Amino acid sequence: MLPFKPILLWTDMLVLLLIAAVIAFVVQARQHEHLRAPWRKVARSTGGMIAAPVLLAFLAIGFLDSLHFQRGTPPEKGQAEMRYGPDVLSVLDVLVEHLRVQQERSFSAPFATHAHSRETITRPDGSQVREFPRLRHGGSHLANPETDRAADIGQRLLRALGISTVLGVLASVMVVGTYARRRGLSFDGALAAMREGNVDIPIGPMLVSALLLITTFTMLFALSGVYHVFGTDKVGQDVFYLTLKSIRTALVIGTATTLVMLPFAVTLGMLAGYFRGRIDDAIQYLYTTLSSIPDVLLIAAAVLMMQVYMDTHPEIFDSVTRRADFRLTFLCIILGVTSWTGLCRLLRGETLKLREQEYVLAAQAFGVSHFRILLRHILPNVFHLVIITTVLKFSGLVLAEAVLSYVGVGVDPAMNSFGTMINAARLEMAREPIVWWSLAAAFAFMLLLVLSANLFADAVRDAFDPRMRAVRRGSRAKQAKVPPQPRVAGAA
Amino acid sequence: MLRYIVRRILYAIPILIGVNLITFFLFFIVNTPDDMARMQLGVKRVTPEAIERWKAERGYDRPVAWNGAEQGAAKLTNTIFFDHSVRLFAFDFGAAESDGRDIGHEISTRMWPSLAIALPVFVVGLAAYVSFALLLVFFRATTLDTAGVVMCVIAMSISGMFYIIGGQYVVSKLWNLVPISGFGDGLSAWRFLVLPVVVGLAHGLGESGRWYRTIFLEEINRDYVRTARAKGLRESRVLFRHVLRNGLIPILTGVVVAIPSLFIGSLVTESFFGIPGLGSYTIEAINSQDFAVVRSMVFLGSLLYIIGLILTDISYTLADPRIRFD
Repeated sequence: MLPFKPILLWTDMLVLLLIAAVIAFVVQARQHEHLRAPWRKVARSTGGMIAAPVLLAFLAIGFLDSLHFQRGTPPEKGQAEMRYGPDVLSVLDVLVEHLRVQQERSFSAPFATHAHSRETITRPDGSQVREFPRLRHGGSHLANPETDRAADIGQRLLRALGISTVLGVLASVMVVGTYARRRGLSFDGALAAMREGNVDIPIGPMLVSALLLITTFTMLFALSGVYHVFGTDKVGQDVFYLTLKSIRTALVIGTATTLVMLPFAVTLGMLAGYFRGRIDDAIQYLYTTLSSIPDVLLIAAAVLMMQVYMDTHPEIFDSVTRRADFRLTFLCIILGVTSWTGLCRLLRGETLKLREQEYVLAAQAFGVSHFRILLRHILPNVFHLVIITTVLKFSGLVLAEAVLSYVGVGVDPAMNSFGTMINAARLEMAREPIVWWSLAAAFAFMLLLVLSANLFADAVRDAFDPRMRAVRRGSRAKQAKVPPQPRVAGAA
Repeated sequence: MLRYIVRRILYAIPILIGVNLITFFLFFIVNTPDDMARMQLGVKRVTPEAIERWKAERGYDRPVAWNGAEQGAAKLTNTIFFDHSVRLFAFDFGAAESDGRDIGHEISTRMWPSLAIALPVFVVGLAAYVSFALLLVFFRATTLDTAGVVMCVIAMSISGMFYIIGGQYVVSKLWNLVPISGFGDGLSAWRFLVLPVVVGLAHGLGESGRWYRTIFLEEINRDYVRTARAKGLRESRVLFRHVLRNGLIPILTGVVVAIPSLFIGSLVTESFFGIPGLGSYTIEAINSQDFAVVRSMVFLGSLLYIIGLILTDISYTLADPRIRFD
C-alpha cells in the first residue's frame, strides 16, 4: 500500500490540462516548419532568452507545488486501512520540509537569531525579565549569535558559492555543448563564436541570467536551513516558504485563466467573423455587454455571490485546502469570463479578413464543410493571435491577483499568494521598528516573475506579429551578423 | 453627425439592459435572497423569522419578476426585478443594505473626492507621458532610448501597490512631507491629494510611456514625415508639428473612453489613502457584503464606460477629419 494518497485538486487538473495542451502544441509545432520559425525567432531575442531561465525556474517550482498528496500513517493493530493525515501537501512541501516545519512564534527579521519583539521570560531563579527571546530555529545552532553569526553566514555563503560554481559550469558546458552540436561546431568553435558575438542565439546573456539564478537560489537554500532568510511573519511562518508557495498561485491565475477563456474566445470569435449576420450581431452584443462592466466590479460581484454560496453550503468543502482551491478555480473562471472579450474581438476581425481569402473561397467551392474550413483553414491562421494574447495577458493577471486579494475578492485568505502576503504585511507597516521583509519578498518575487514574463511576451509578440516584422528596423542591422543557417543553405 | 450620435446612443440602450440582466441574474438568481439573508445574519444561528424580517425590510420578500397577487401594472412593478433593477435606469439606487443610507446621495457626495484624484492624474499624466514618449522618440535608437524603454518595462512590471506603499513610506513616514492618509474639506484637502496623484502618475509612466512611444515610432516612418524632412525641416519641427499632431489622434481617442469613469476612482488607491471616494465606498461595500451598493456600482460603472465608448466614437470624427460617419 502506498504511504501516501495522491490528491487531484481542481487547479491541479487545470495545470495538467495545460501541460497536456502545451505538449500537444510542441509536438504539432515540431513537425511544421512554419510553426517552428517564430519560436526560433523568440530564441534569438536577447530579452526573451534572459527571461527564459527565470520563467523555467518559476514553472518548475509551480509544477512541483501542483503535485498534491496526503501523507498516510501505517495501519495500527485492528485497522485494515491506512489512515491519511488531514494536510494536503505537495512535492515542493517535501523538498523544503524544513522551511514548512521550522515555525517561530511571531515576527523575526531576516537572518535574525532573536525575535522581533520583547517577551516576558521567566529565568530559572524565578525573576522575570523582558527581552528579545532566542528563536527556536533561526540561528539556533550558534552558541554566541552576536559574535558568530556573521562568520557563520559568510562560511555558508562561500560553500554555496562553491556549489553554485560547480552547477553553473555544468549548466554552461551543457548549453554550449548542445548549441555546438546543433550547429555542427566543435565546442571550442562555439566558444570562439560566442566571444566574437557570432552566434544567432544569445547564449551569453541567457547563461548570465541562469548563473545568477542558480547562485541566488543555492545561497538562499544553503542559508534557509538554519536561518529564516526572509524572516518570519506574524504567526512565525518562514516568509521564504510563503513566497515559494505563492508562485504556484500566481502561475495558476496567469495561465489557467487563459485556458478557461480560450474555448469561448476562439469559438465565438471565429463564428462571428465567419458567419457574420445574425450570429455576428448576437456574439458582438454578448461581448460588448460583458466588456462594458468594469472588470473589478464584475469580479467583485461574482466572487461575493460565490462566497454566499460557499457559506451557505459548507458541507461541500471538507477541508481548508479544498475550499481555497475551489475559490482559486472559480477566480480563474471569472477572470476568464471578464478577459475573453478582447481576444474574441481580435479573432472576429481577423476571421472577417480571412474568409475573403482565395484559399477559403476555394475550399468553399470544393464543398468543404464550414466546420472543416474553420478548423483547418481559419484556425491555424489566427492562432498567432491566440499565442500573443496568452503571453501578453499573463503578467497582467499576476498583478491583478494581488490587487483583487487586497480588495477582498481574490484568493481565499488561507491560500498562499503574493496578494495575501502583501495584504497581511500591509497591516504591520505601522509597527516600530517596521516589519518590511514580507512586503519586500512578495514584491521582489512578483517583480522577477512579471518582469521576465513581460520580456518573454515582448519577444513572442515580436516573433509572431506579422506587422512587427515590418516595423522593427533597428534589429535588421543586428541580424545581418547572423551566420547563415544550415536550413537556409539547404533550401538554397 | 447628429444622426450618428443618436444612433450610437440608441445602440447603447440594449447593452445597458444586458448589463442590468447580468447583474440581476448574479445577485438574485445565482443566490436567492434567503441565502443572502442567511449570510448577512450569520449562517449558524439564524431563524426563519429573522430571515423573513431581513427580507421584508429590504423588499426582497416579493416575487422575483411577476407578482400575480397584484392588480394591473403593479403585477410588474411590485417585484424585486422592478424595484432593484429597473429603477436603476432612473438613478434610483435605493438604500444600502448594511446601514440603510440612500445610495444615490452617497454616490453624489463621494464622487467628488474620487474625481479630485483621478482628474489630475489623467490630465497631468497625459501631458507627462506624451512628452516622455516624444523625448524617447527624439533620441530614438540611442542608448538613452534603450534605457528609457528598459525603465518602462521594469516600471510596468512593478505592482501598483508597491508604488503606493513605497510612496507612503518614503514621502510620509521618512520625510514627513504630507499625511499618510486621510481627507479634508474644501481646499485644505490638497495636502492629502498630492501623494495619491504623484503615485498614480508614477504608476502609469511605464505602460503609457512605452505605448505612446510605439505610436509615435509608427508615425515617424510614414511618407509625410519623410517629405517634411526632405523639405529641410528641423527635426524638432518635424516632431512637434507633424509627428506629435498625427500621433495624438490615436492617443486622445484612446483615452477618451476613460473620462467618464474618472468619477469611479480607484479602489486600491482610495482605500490605501483613506480618500472617501467611490472607490473606497465600493471596497467598504465588498467587505461588509452590501450587495445593494455593489449592484449600484456595477450599473454606474457600466453606464459610465458606455458613455465613454460613445464619446470615443464622437471624438474620432472631431479629431480626425478623414473619418466620417453617416
